[in-house]
Amino acid sequence: MNGYAGRILRVNLTTATITKEPTPPDLARDFIGGRGFGIYFLLKEVPKGADPLGPENKLIISSGPISGMMIPGGGKCDWTTKAPLTGGYASASMGGHFTAEMRYAGLDSIILEGISPKPVTLFIDNDRVELRDASDLWGKTTFVVEKQFKEKLGEEYQIATIGPGGENLVSYACINHDYGRQAGRGGVGAVMGSKKVKAIVIHGTKSIPVADMEAYRKAGMALFKACKEAEGLKDWTRYGTTIVVSWCDEVGALPTRNFSAGSFEGGKNLYGPVMREKIVITDKGCFGCPSPCGKYSRSKKYNSYVEGPEYETIGLIGSNLGIDDIEAVAQANRLCDDLGIDTISAGNAIGWAMECYQKGIFTKKDTDGLDLKFGNVEATFALIEKIARREGLGALLSEGIKRASQKVGKGSEKFAIHVKGMEQSGYATHNATAMLLAYMTCDVGAHHNRSWAITYDLQVGRELVVPEKVARIIWLQNFRPMFDVLGGCRLQWVELNIDRELYVPALEAITGIHRSWQDLEKVGERIWNLTRLFWLRENEDFGRQWDMPSPRFYEEAPKTGATKGQITKIEDVNRLLDMYYEQRGWTSDGLPTTETIENLGLKALTH
Amino acid sequence: MRLYVDSTKCSGCNACRVACSLNLFGENNPKKSALVIEPHFPEPGLYTVKVCTQCGDCAKVCPTEAIKQDEKGAYYVDFAECNLCEACVPECPEGVMFVRAELSNSAWKCNLCGDCVSVCGTSALWIAEIETLTA
Repeated sequence: MNGYAGRILRVNLTTATITKEPTPPDLARDFIGGRGFGIYFLLKEVPKGADPLGPENKLIISSGPISGMMIPGGGKCDWTTKAPLTGGYASASMGGHFTAEMRYAGLDSIILEGISPKPVTLFIDNDRVELRDASDLWGKTTFVVEKQFKEKLGEEYQIATIGPGGENLVSYACINHDYGRQAGRGGVGAVMGSKKVKAIVIHGTKSIPVADMEAYRKAGMALFKACKEAEGLKDWTRYGTTIVVSWCDEVGALPTRNFSAGSFEGGKNLYGPVMREKIVITDKGCFGCPSPCGKYSRSKKYNSYVEGPEYETIGLIGSNLGIDDIEAVAQANRLCDDLGIDTISAGNAIGWAMECYQKGIFTKKDTDGLDLKFGNVEATFALIEKIARREGLGALLSEGIKRASQKVGKGSEKFAIHVKGMEQSGYATHNATAMLLAYMTCDVGAHHNRSWAITYDLQVGRELVVPEKVARIIWLQNFRPMFDVLGGCRLQWVELNIDRELYVPALEAITGIHRSWQDLEKVGERIWNLTRLFWLRENEDFGRQWDMPSPRFYEEAPKTGATKGQITKIEDVNRLLDMYYEQRGWTSDGLPTTETIENLGLKALTH
Repeated sequence: MRLYVDSTKCSGCNACRVACSLNLFGENNPKKSALVIEPHFPEPGLYTVKVCTQCGDCAKVCPTEAIKQDEKGAYYVDFAECNLCEACVPECPEGVMFVRAELSNSAWKCNLCGDCVSVCGTSALWIAEIETLTA
């Protein structure tokens, strides 16, 4: 099948059975790849009510038709599962070189099911697929594991591994790859850990067939040319995602002290140019990327190396914890990567704990003796380790802040910054209604990558609550995640502003199927509705209240910074939801109507 | 003319290697490319890139004269005449002469097509006249 490696690998870990099945042509036609394949298999194969960490849950790893191709950014891999963090849908996007290697090994998807009786590595070398004993690797950190495999097998092999966080089932454990790329959010690493899969090692030497070789090469070259000529290329490549730290600080979007404000008095020490000057040593790109956002750094102070920190980590582990030392943030980043926990959720969890300490809800008795003041770097390092090991206060925080705050009570639920149980990523949304709605309605919880709208808020009026703003969020949600379906990266479109129409002939030449962006957005809309139906299927009380943001954004205006005194009214929060549901064709409780399901051709899939 | 590289600008993305395999073989397969990217991670955290200098040492030892020179001065492998003897491989001072019988029934090397340069977003690669050292 043109544009596809052609096989789906299924590994039943309970019985150690390895099978391959052809990639179904109708699946490729209707869902294309990546997170499209993910939600299809999740809905079809994971039974209702499955324990996210039990044998019935599956971890579905998918490439897409531009993965591993001569298309800018063809290096994204989707990891879909039922999330241990939220009990709903998780789809984590991982960069690096893994997804390309899957395709060269002849695989479009890998489905892990069941639970292995002992730790294993899934070893794939072209058609050779084996489960190998990994007892000696269990307990080891991710850098150690990756280095061990690379030294033994060579650099052509790609490695994805969990750390102690995943082994210990931390509900926001991540999966690490290429010394610094992660499938980060929702607890995909805990699912891998629950299955006792320590690592996946993959190598392939196959070629990927395309429908029209000359047209593909021409379209691919046109895309690279556009990227290379883009005005923003130089600065973006120099600073990567850290390019926005200063802007966020200036407009009050930089999470500060557990999102109590959006500007940080020590923010200047975390800005992109400061980081570049102080610690960055190499630009590190994912597969096929002409505009590498990865900044590989060395902290002299801590004598350590890390990819990053990128914007989210600077926001959540820097300003959000009151830390203004970029080297300390880099070191905390390295600890999280080594231990295999998501920096965004970890930063939120520690920020929440620091606020509990500040408010006297926690005393040193609750913090294992740590002086958990905002800005305490050593306490942050210690707590990261405790979370990954599930020790002391870390055990509570490892459950995620929704559950942790419900257990602790005393009003701490109000400053647990999450939606649907997923901790909010790096944008403070006291007065940014489009971004707030994006977080409220994002299909994995409070994450930014589906619809990043913070600059749009500033362009059109941040407090504005109008149908056009809601329509923009819906359009972004249907469109942007299509890059996760195609197996590529959205950032060439977002940051280099290249014409998205350039992808259309490329995709057609690869797959032999013409799809306009209108067609692709329709696929995006179908997937969006299916993810919503998954949440509903797994949570009986699912509905409007699940879309509510943290009260911090409609009850507590920041006392400092650019958004001082600014807040979104609760009436506006509700108006945003009303308009959103109406435009989506959902009920006033936020559920897709029968008519919407039928119009999108999803009826057969929802039974 | 020859291909030049500044390894300090390489971000290891491998776009060059896919473009190369497409030109040489009409395949999406960086394992069949004529450039080598060696990542050195986690320490010291950099890439080393090896490219062909068009020195022609490979052509000198080829017993079947399969390595020929085109009008630009670039040495290329005439696939039809290569017998996979591997005599060329140890002669290459840069380690960019390839024989992998499981992947191709001919040796391969850089033919100076320039497609790698076209896709390199960080300008790590370029083609220029061969610099000759003068006393």
